[in-house]
Amino acid sequence: MILSYESLKSIGVLLALSIAGWVFSVRIYRLLWISLKQGQPSGPFRQWGLRLRSLLAYVGGQRRLFRFLIPGTAHFFIFWGFLILFPTILQAILEGLLAAFRPGFELPILGRLGPYALLQDLFILSVIVAVLNGLFLRIVKDPERYKGSHRRQAVLVLFYILAIMSSLLVMNGVRINTLADPLQRWRPISRLVGSLFAALDGRSQRTLAEVAYWIHLIVVLFFLTELPSGKHFHVVTSIPAVLLRDLKPLGQLPPSPEFDGQAGVGSIEQLRWRQMLDFYTCTECGRCQDVCPAYASGAVLSPKMLIMSLRQAVSRLADGHQAPGSDNGRHAAPAEALLGDVVSEDVLWSCTTCLACDQECPLFIGHVDPIVDMRRRLVMEGRMDSKLQDALNNLGRYGNSFGQSERGRAKWSLPLETGIKDARREAVDYLWFVGDYASYNSGLQEVTRKTARVFQAAGLDFGILYESERNAGNDVRRVGEEGLFELCVEQNTDAIAECSFNAVVTTDPHSYNTLKNEYPVLAGKSHRVFHVAELLDQWITSGRLTPKTKLGYRVTYHDPCYLGRYNGVYDSPRRVIEAIGCRLVEMGRHRDRALCCGAGGGRIWMEEAKVAERPSEARVREAAGLDGVELLVVTCPKDLTMFQDAVKTTGFEDRIQIKDLAELVYEALF
Amino acid sequence: MKIMVAVKLVPDLVENLEIAPGGTGLDRTYLRLILSEPDEHALEQALLLKDESTDITVVAPGFEEADDVLFTAAAKGADRLVKLTDGFQEGCNCHALARALRGITSEIQPDLILTGVQAHDDLDGSLGPLLAGLLNLPYVGNVAGLSITEGKATARKEYSGGLIGEMEIGLPAVIGIVAAEAPPRYVAVSKVRQMVKSATLEPYPVGDLDPGGGIELDRMYKPESVERATMIEGTAEEIAVRLIEVLKELDVL
Amino acid sequence: MSQDICVVIEHLQGHVQEISYVMAAAARSLCESVGGKCIGILLGRGAQDLANDLDVDSVIYLDEPALAEYNPDAYQLVLAAIISEWHPRLALLGQTSIGTDLAGMLSMRLGLPLISHCQRLVAEGDGIKFISQICGGRILAEGRLPSSTALVNMVPGGYKADAGRSTRSPEIMPFAPPPLVDLHISLKRYIQPPKEDVDISLERILVAVGRGIQRKDNLPLAEELAEALGGAVCASRPVVDQGWLQPTRLVGKSGMKVAPDVYIALGISGAPEHVEGMSDSHLIIAINTDPAAPIFSAARYGVEADILDLLPVLTEQAKKIREVA
Repeated sequence: MILSYESLKSIGVLLALSIAGWVFSVRIYRLLWISLKQGQPSGPFRQWGLRLRSLLAYVGGQRRLFRFLIPGTAHFFIFWGFLILFPTILQAILEGLLAAFRPGFELPILGRLGPYALLQDLFILSVIVAVLNGLFLRIVKDPERYKGSHRRQAVLVLFYILAIMSSLLVMNGVRINTLADPLQRWRPISRLVGSLFAALDGRSQRTLAEVAYWIHLIVVLFFLTELPSGKHFHVVTSIPAVLLRDLKPLGQLPPSPEFDGQAGVGSIEQLRWRQMLDFYTCTECGRCQDVCPAYASGAVLSPKMLIMSLRQAVSRLADGHQAPGSDNGRHAAPAEALLGDVVSEDVLWSCTTCLACDQECPLFIGHVDPIVDMRRRLVMEGRMDSKLQDALNNLGRYGNSFGQSERGRAKWSLPLETGIKDARREAVDYLWFVGDYASYNSGLQEVTRKTARVFQAAGLDFGILYESERNAGNDVRRVGEEGLFELCVEQNTDAIAECSFNAVVTTDPHSYNTLKNEYPVLAGKSHRVFHVAELLDQWITSGRLTPKTKLGYRVTYHDPCYLGRYNGVYDSPRRVIEAIGCRLVEMGRHRDRALCCGAGGGRIWMEEAKVAERPSEARVREAAGLDGVELLVVTCPKDLTMFQDAVKTTGFEDRIQIKDLAELVYEALF
Repeated sequence: MKIMVAVKLVPDLVENLEIAPGGTGLDRTYLRLILSEPDEHALEQALLLKDESTDITVVAPGFEEADDVLFTAAAKGADRLVKLTDGFQEGCNCHALARALRGITSEIQPDLILTGVQAHDDLDGSLGPLLAGLLNLPYVGNVAGLSITEGKATARKEYSGGLIGEMEIGLPAVIGIVAAEAPPRYVAVSKVRQMVKSATLEPYPVGDLDPGGGIELDRMYKPESVERATMIEGTAEEIAVRLIEVLKELDVL
Repeated sequence: MSQDICVVIEHLQGHVQEISYVMAAAARSLCESVGGKCIGILLGRGAQDLANDLDVDSVIYLDEPALAEYNPDAYQLVLAAIISEWHPRLALLGQTSIGTDLAGMLSMRLGLPLISHCQRLVAEGDGIKFISQICGGRILAEGRLPSSTALVNMVPGGYKADAGRSTRSPEIMPFAPPPLVDLHISLKRYIQPPKEDVDISLERILVAVGRGIQRKDNLPLAEELAEALGGAVCASRPVVDQGWLQPTRLVGKSGMKVAPDVYIALGISGAPEHVEGMSDSHLIIAINTDPAAPIFSAARYGVEADILDLLPVLTEQAKKIREVA
């Protein structure tokens, strides 16, 4: 008996479907079950209303992708194209399976809707255009953010999609020509493609259609099996990833995990499975790499490459490769160490924790949390440079990184005409948490004094903790010294316990961040915490503080990482700048795209790596590049000192000056 | 092998040092005592020499600050912590400390005693040589490299000008460390706090201290900057010009 | 007990160490008032001529193979014997790698009082006053030495080495050493410092860097200044310990003693251990951000500034002058 083509087709499709389905399932099982199962527990997951809305906005709406307009639009169409055209895949499979029994099968409902057919046709075209744009980007333009991504795989997949779309058009076109498709007037694009073959005889066209069909099916099924193996796994994992994303405040680090008395993460399965899901979801788009200040300066860190290495390490868990130190090491071959081999120590120490990467990532991958977790283990093992070691020793002993006696903490206030209240002895309205740099750095002390005078001019009832104030611990925690962070919290909390005040104010965004977001968790008590920019804004708006002069400077403003990205305070400082009569010109990278000065995450305490250009220098260059701008306004002591240095090393001293916001307000007041 | 590390607690020079009302000693009210830096190196050297069969005992004089020093040593890997008790409130000189160590040393019978080559507040000699003289043990000081093989120590003794003398010493011996072979390791605060909960400080009473051999002071004071440099002020440009002028005046350029 | 002042002479590889001359100068200044003799103690092998230019009246000399080079065990045995027999008023030892070893052991063995870090000894009435410097140079301690034999570790700086030199060769008094058996310490070998192209002790102009240079990357700032002035870069201990410069560039107690025409101390605090190595410089200029740094007492000219700010400007000025010249 000779089997008809239709029977062969049914059998073939069944076979292809079974094989592809099997391979796909096995891969999913290994990667999402076997490896993730070895990760640490995650959750609980609450706030489902918010989560579903996130899904709608960020996956449905592709919101973060539009920060790059053209690639964003292209991907929007590819994503929606995938969803809208998904029924065509169902159609193809069912049509094939049923070829021997029900030729000419059509999907019920969706297969008969005219408008839907038009939508599909238009999307096919959009997808093709988007893919061509993608190919252009990958092959011709090759932007910096793709460096390190798997280019061959990316290009291949674009061709797969092109093949799938083209073959679909051919099939549609032939059907329009030969079977008189009832919806043909709803498919202009397919009709156009069909017209290319209209000259061929019916037989040839049907053969062409069958060839297109098999190409279509095989490429789809092959692509399916390839999905789990690379960056296109995000097709599967992006929805759960966004749905289950971390909803804690950005400025709040998770507590340190502990394994066998060792804090931090030292091997891959010590990460939480939710983090592992993140690594699988990385699309290698490189947007994080593009905004990373460390990467831009030429340091070894690329957030994208970090996630890619971690993804590889996680997938090896599925192979039965175990990290050293884990109990069930079945494999004889020694696995690579997570810290040192998979991720180098230099990479981990290069991070400034500025959060630009997390902010930029369309799929909410958390880059900073795993870095800090791994740093926690490095600190446990004493693996850090000597300068950082000295800083941590000083912080532990003296409560400041400068190694100066705590008794000198308030020396900056001595030249003031009116002394500052001691909040430990008298009740005050506002407790001013001054911070290390504002207190001890001789170049910054005058600014601190001016800030005090501004407070006095506003009639603020404030006091400071004098020698009892210790480093708030924000960067101590981010450097991975969780135990020292806890000590800082305890000491400051004890000092504050005796005080009577209504709110806390600080000029230091780092202190602001931890006092606001982390102290309540560890110390169990919550206070209202303000940054000086917020208060200045309030006071000027309410008329409590009235500038005497309109300064008339043309300025630009640098958003500090821990005030802007971490805590969303963007507008207060801008209103203040305007209120004192300055004309604000924004830098290209502003608000949540602001380029970190490079001091955060403890970097200011570490030895400087050999870099092409420091982030602070790049930022000063960016500011100086603005026409007519004479001042770069900052509102963080570390920014002030970093940019003051950078202005010298870049030779821009005559071109642009760095001024603190409170300093400017002072000038406008007196 | 049994190693004993004998440490001294010295005034932290970060603080302003003040003279006590009597005028013959330091005012101890605001004095913060910290581990003498060469002693930190001595401990580090001991830890570097440590293997499965080595026991390290750290012995500190019973000041308040000794607790933190000992717990930190434990967090770094010391096995046994001993705090010499009683009589340390007013400070003690090196002779007294050496004698105070005699008891615990004869109990432990260490193969090797390591201590910092000197401390910055030494007025009556350094602890290491005094202890060696007292216990009749060989001593080599200013050592910046140490290895042990079969009952003998090989030490690299530093002289000025970068010259090094490699000495072989029969154990038991006392060795004064100027620098460990690696910089003192960092120990996470959480580990130290863990030790505070789990490690034991053994108090070792030493009775009255005998400072004989030290000499009583008539006067302790801070040097007046009698001769102070002529300070040059101004902008960086102005200062640079003046300095170059000075060099030209002296015919140096 | 005699009123003699003994000086334990230090020598290494056939070179008498400078501290010996400093101690001789101290002894000489005391002998005149106290009325005893200055006696050097020299242990060695075929080394009798080493002390010829030392300003002492006589030298107790022991010649023995085991004493050829400094050996803590052998030396302390022998010195104990000498001091026990001689009962001098004082025995001076250097506050050095050699003298610090010996003084403590002798103090305990012989039950003799010991004063260390002594800068000056002054005869007062019928007694001798000592002035010692401790705590990084921040504290001075004064007291009277007992009238019985005492040991003193001397630091340099209180006396000029030249004051301890003399053309008159001292009388050599041989002394029979005690039996030197069962020594627990032996010197295996010396390891010479690496030969460097720059011998800082020969340079006329030195630019010295300390902690204030902050990072290894900033060294070129100092190197450029040195080059512009026609000198060389040297360093204090923290910089060498970090490995940023070779030990042969170290100036100070554990390093080289230098006496250039100009010594520019950049970001150096001025601890005694460093000052001891450069105090003989003709002109010392110090730049430091801390106005209370001890270096400003050692320097002739001082600038309270950040060296990272000042260096480029200074180098530029230096270059200008050299171009004109």
